[in-house]
Amino acid sequence: MPDALVTIFEVGFFAAMVRISTPLILATLGELINERSGVLNLGIEGIMLLGSMVGFTVAFYTGSLWLGVVVAILVGAVAGLVMSFLAVVLGVSQHVSGIGMTLLATGLAFYFYRLIFGQPGVPPNIVPFEALPIPLLADIPFIGPVFFDQNVITYIAYLVVPLTAFVLYRTSWGLNLRTVGENPRAADAAGISVWGMRTQALVIGGGLMGLAGAYLTIAQFNAFTFGVVSGRGWVAIALVVFGQWNPWRCAAGALLFAALEALQLRLQATNILHVPYPVLLMMPFVLTIVAMALVSRNARAPASLLIPFRKEER
Amino acid sequence: MRVRLERRETTPVSIQILLPLGAVVVALVLCAALVSLAGVNVLDAYSILFLSNFTSIYDVEDMLVKASPLLFTGLAVVVAFRAKFWNIGAEGQLMAGAVAAGFIGERTSLPAFGLVPLMVLGAAVCGALWALLPALLKVRLKVDDVVSTLLLNFIMLYGVTALLEGPWRDPRSGYPNSPSIRPEAEFPILAGHQVHLGIVLALIAAILMWWVLSRTTLGFRIRAVGHNPAAAEYAGIPVGRVIIIAALISGAMAGLAGAGEVGGVRYQVTEDLSSGYGYAGIVIATLAELNPLGAIPAALFFAIIFNGAGTMSRSLGVPIYLADVIQGVALMTMVAMRLFVGYRLRVVRHA
Repeated sequence: MPDALVTIFEVGFFAAMVRISTPLILATLGELINERSGVLNLGIEGIMLLGSMVGFTVAFYTGSLWLGVVVAILVGAVAGLVMSFLAVVLGVSQHVSGIGMTLLATGLAFYFYRLIFGQPGVPPNIVPFEALPIPLLADIPFIGPVFFDQNVITYIAYLVVPLTAFVLYRTSWGLNLRTVGENPRAADAAGISVWGMRTQALVIGGGLMGLAGAYLTIAQFNAFTFGVVSGRGWVAIALVVFGQWNPWRCAAGALLFAALEALQLRLQATNILHVPYPVLLMMPFVLTIVAMALVSRNARAPASLLIPFRKEER
Repeated sequence: MRVRLERRETTPVSIQILLPLGAVVVALVLCAALVSLAGVNVLDAYSILFLSNFTSIYDVEDMLVKASPLLFTGLAVVVAFRAKFWNIGAEGQLMAGAVAAGFIGERTSLPAFGLVPLMVLGAAVCGALWALLPALLKVRLKVDDVVSTLLLNFIMLYGVTALLEGPWRDPRSGYPNSPSIRPEAEFPILAGHQVHLGIVLALIAAILMWWVLSRTTLGFRIRAVGHNPAAAEYAGIPVGRVIIIAALISGAMAGLAGAGEVGGVRYQVTEDLSSGYGYAGIVIATLAELNPLGAIPAALFFAIIFNGAGTMSRSLGVPIYLADVIQGVALMTMVAMRLFVGYRLRVVRHA
């Protein structure tokens, strides 16, 4: 057993953890920005799926991975704009409009994939982003191969975490966003456009969700499958709660979940526990619920989360 | 004199009927663009989408069979959302019910005559228990119900896969399916060739739920909790207990959808038993404006769309996923239009 443990927790395990955490970090931060402005975006699962499909398709036909990334971000941003029209401008139920967005985006992704690629026996694939070792840093023992021998989108995710924290806590835009999320009436009285801030948050967050989806099909894997997102969007929503709406804690939560996922994959590959693979697949979800049960009692969501803002109503 | 936007006190019945129809029409018009992108004449496609459900009596029966789980999951969402228990987990609760029904229906040790009622009961209980977990987490530990019910869907799905690929796999089948239920456990056909017990149970459930929600103390409490939990608490209503009861009823409804699929359609448990019925329930409940009786036409409509999309896909090559897009657009259009009729313009004259 100790030998088996050594084979599981070697460098490759931690490198896999970082690789798997990337889309979770991006999606979780996207959702965090949404929720900090007071909007719960349940469209996340569908937006990620649409991003993964669009990113893949563009990369497949143009041969440019970067173009795929950009279009996926744009599609996510447009989805955020649609959410904004429903949940911010019209102020309808965020639960229902978010589920509607997930159904719509999922349906669109499947519809167009089938329309464009038909029903191929083997899913068409691309050459994904390759690992881009950072000179010098990649040579550091252990740290190097784990953190600095990853693909470029993972490095982008490293930058998005401090950037989100900086913007949220150190800029006036971030202050405005947090004020809108906590006390929209006060923000409005101070001349901040509540609808404007929330719309910006949804567009930026949607872009991050689109990017997270694209990472799955053009960096982590090399093809689009209907189950490629399989609950990662919902996990991101749980991670926002787990991370107490703080970018650093959310990123740490994403790493933790990714560690479970990586462990699960290792156990599947080595089969030292002789546990059926679906049980291993289930494990990260079970532990996420357990984690939610532990932290939720003390969780303090942004005060105006789920509450639409209408200027004329008091 | 000026014009003011004013909240309506009550919504006229005519609007309650016209609104979902309008949402559906808008959804179909928007989705026409997708159909023409597939290089197909929109009118041809839509006539198949709808009329293929009525070409023979078998098609009509197919539609009714499809409507049964949709009505059950629609009702599951109606009662949960009425209490503002955001149950997005009907999918998992359906599977819990299906597993219970399949397990009971397969037991040779049980007397034949009691099998069907026992399957129905077992499915309702197991569905309810799978919904009890997130309700308890919400009431006791303040765990967000949206997140927990969604995650529990995945847990249930992987659990069922583990069963079907492991101890519960039918040794005679090459697929991960459970063994078939006994012939005595198959739901009785009440009309035609396929109109099984589950369809009638769903209709009875809709009427019962309408009666409970509109005519009983429990229904009043559920609505009060959903309307304003703080006020309900102040009025002495045990809010936590009411949420738990609503969740139990909701899970039982979803579980019955699973029983109907196992007992009346598949006669065994399969991984793909629920093709999105749980999520469709949210669309149906919203189009029905959370009215149990309204869920009946809404479920029939989406049964038409789902079966019609299958035929349309086979005959014209329009991807079947058009049905999912229609669901999403109809849901979003419905909530948007709901807002406009919730208010009315009023001219205010100053003296």
